[in-house]
Amino acid sequence: MISGTHTGAAIALFVGLVFSALGCDKKESPPAADSAAAAVVAPAPAAGPVTLTGSGASFPAPLYSRWFREFGEKNKDIRVNYQSTGSGAGIKAFTEGQTDFGASDAAMSDDEIKAAKDNVILLPMTAGNIVLAYNLEGVPELKLSREAYAGIFLGEIKHWDDPKIVKTNPGVKLPKLDISVVHRSDGSGTTFVFTQHLAAISEKWKAKPGVGKSVDWPVGVGGAKNDGVAAQIHQTPGAIGYIEFAFAASTKQPMAALENKAGKFIVPSLKTSATALAAVELPADLRAWVTDPGGDESYPIVTYTWILAHKKYDDKAKATALKSVLKWCLTDGQKLSESLFYIPLPDAVSATVLKAVDTIE
Amino acid sequence: MATRKTTATANPDLTEAFRSPVSRPPTAWQKGFDVAFKNVAYAFGVGVVLLLAGVVFEVMRHAKTAIADYGFGFITSSVWDANNGHFGILPEIVGTLYTSFLALAIGGFLGVTVALVLSQGFVPRRVELIMKNVIELLAAVPSVVYGLWGIFVLIPAVRGPSGWFNEHLGSIPFFSTRLSGPGVFPASLVLSIMILPTVTAISREAMAAVPPRLAAAAYGLGATRWEVIFRVTLPTAVGGIFGALVLGLGRALGETMALAMLVGNANVFGWSLFSPGNTLAALLANHFPEAGKVEVGALMYAAFVLMLITLAVNALGSFIMLRTTRELKGLG
Repeated sequence: MISGTHTGAAIALFVGLVFSALGCDKKESPPAADSAAAAVVAPAPAAGPVTLTGSGASFPAPLYSRWFREFGEKNKDIRVNYQSTGSGAGIKAFTEGQTDFGASDAAMSDDEIKAAKDNVILLPMTAGNIVLAYNLEGVPELKLSREAYAGIFLGEIKHWDDPKIVKTNPGVKLPKLDISVVHRSDGSGTTFVFTQHLAAISEKWKAKPGVGKSVDWPVGVGGAKNDGVAAQIHQTPGAIGYIEFAFAASTKQPMAALENKAGKFIVPSLKTSATALAAVELPADLRAWVTDPGGDESYPIVTYTWILAHKKYDDKAKATALKSVLKWCLTDGQKLSESLFYIPLPDAVSATVLKAVDTIE
Repeated sequence: MATRKTTATANPDLTEAFRSPVSRPPTAWQKGFDVAFKNVAYAFGVGVVLLLAGVVFEVMRHAKTAIADYGFGFITSSVWDANNGHFGILPEIVGTLYTSFLALAIGGFLGVTVALVLSQGFVPRRVELIMKNVIELLAAVPSVVYGLWGIFVLIPAVRGPSGWFNEHLGSIPFFSTRLSGPGVFPASLVLSIMILPTVTAISREAMAAVPPRLAAAAYGLGATRWEVIFRVTLPTAVGGIFGALVLGLGRALGETMALAMLVGNANVFGWSLFSPGNTLAALLANHFPEAGKVEVGALMYAAFVLMLITLAVNALGSFIMLRTTRELKGLG
């Protein structure tokens, strides 16, 4: 009898497991129907603290979670959950109404805005820069002309002692070593920004491979995420790859100084990147593509990263809460940016974005 | 019922015996439980089949448009360019098979050899037990850890020798490039370590299950230890060993994370062991999170192809196993 009840219990447990597994499986299959259901269930304005959920870009995730945590400590009645799922997934979840706000490294395209029924406002929240980190023993500083770094990623420049690299680095002893290009293997906003810049400076790149979150790379090996690329650069003599500034700075990987639009070689830093941002005027819809900023002191590869919010929320409490969160991020929050290697928004930009936040209803 | 009653009354001495738990007729509850258990077990069996059918159906449903759009060209083209809507998975198919079979060659040989050492009394029983557990522990290591180990230990270790091979044997296609970072060879090597526990554990069980009297009889006829191993033990255990290899290959075909970290994710394929490549599972892992609607369809098509490959390999494996087993056991 005892063994009987045991078996019974085990079976009950197993049945439960199987059915919950089946249930999950089912849930994931029809995304369209499911999102509709989620939209019905989601708005449950309890009497307690207002909870805002958001998901999207992984690039600003460390800064966002710091912001939302500090904000939550000061304002107990508002809670913000942010999940770093990647820009694409963030836009999708936001469009389908699963989240209250989204986040993306690449601003939404016109089609994507249309899919969200035009009820979208794009808010630049912070900015970052992308650097070319390299691994060459005995070469702590490297200057790359536009021709050189576009050529490297096109696979036309194959050795480190190529005349095009030697020319801009007088006195530097460049080894006779193959260049190993490292790029992202996964789809990513970082890749989008980097390829967008390459397309802006090279007609050849624009024709092929072009711009995208993942492109058909002519050369090189792929590493997963920023840390994967950083690890491969670190491990491979002769490697060069693009990563976000924070990853190169925190591992002290040498970064190349790049030639900007004005023809000057600029070492990547938060200061030179902020200068680059200030040189670009923000359009009315706040979708500024900083593909190739002008100015003598501007670092060439910088980007804003956006939070996506609705113009109009059905739930009034949510709208008010979101507005106060975003306002705090744009003012006090900006002071936290530099310690995490993000570029604080220029004052003029944050003033414009604050005005845009006020229009949320 | 009637007969039982008459027997009971005819032999009154036995009534006591009929009351004992063993010979007592089953109670209604026990009968019910039996039936329920049988049905539940049956339902689980069917459930597994349905689950697989469901997965295949879902993949097919999402891949439908991609299959219609790209057709057979998807399998023979080698460009993956989501921006312009060109998709092809030839390098991934070849890369998947290349890495998996290379891993099977290395890991399979090692695994069966280790199983031999651990089952034929070459080492003391205690050492046998320790080694067996250590090898099985390899299965518990997360594949991310294997990937990291590959990046930080294996690739730097292979880089030097790869240069030597390239310099001296560069005319052989296998050594036509040198290893700069990730590539097919380090990926296959890590893969072979990952399938080692599967291959070893199952083939060791198969060898240990060979009845000792067979070996004893062979010894009695004057056979040496190696003759017994190669002529009696291995042929008898061949079914199990082959099963182990097929399972190992299945594991290698589907492995994702470690390969995504080590294979290079470059959409090219060359025969060189030291050039970067790509596999289907790594392609799926890398592109799914940020894929748009069209790309998801193409990825589902790729997943479907991976399923077909796994199915074909398994079917082929079982077929060969059936043939060789009959032959080696002397039934052919």
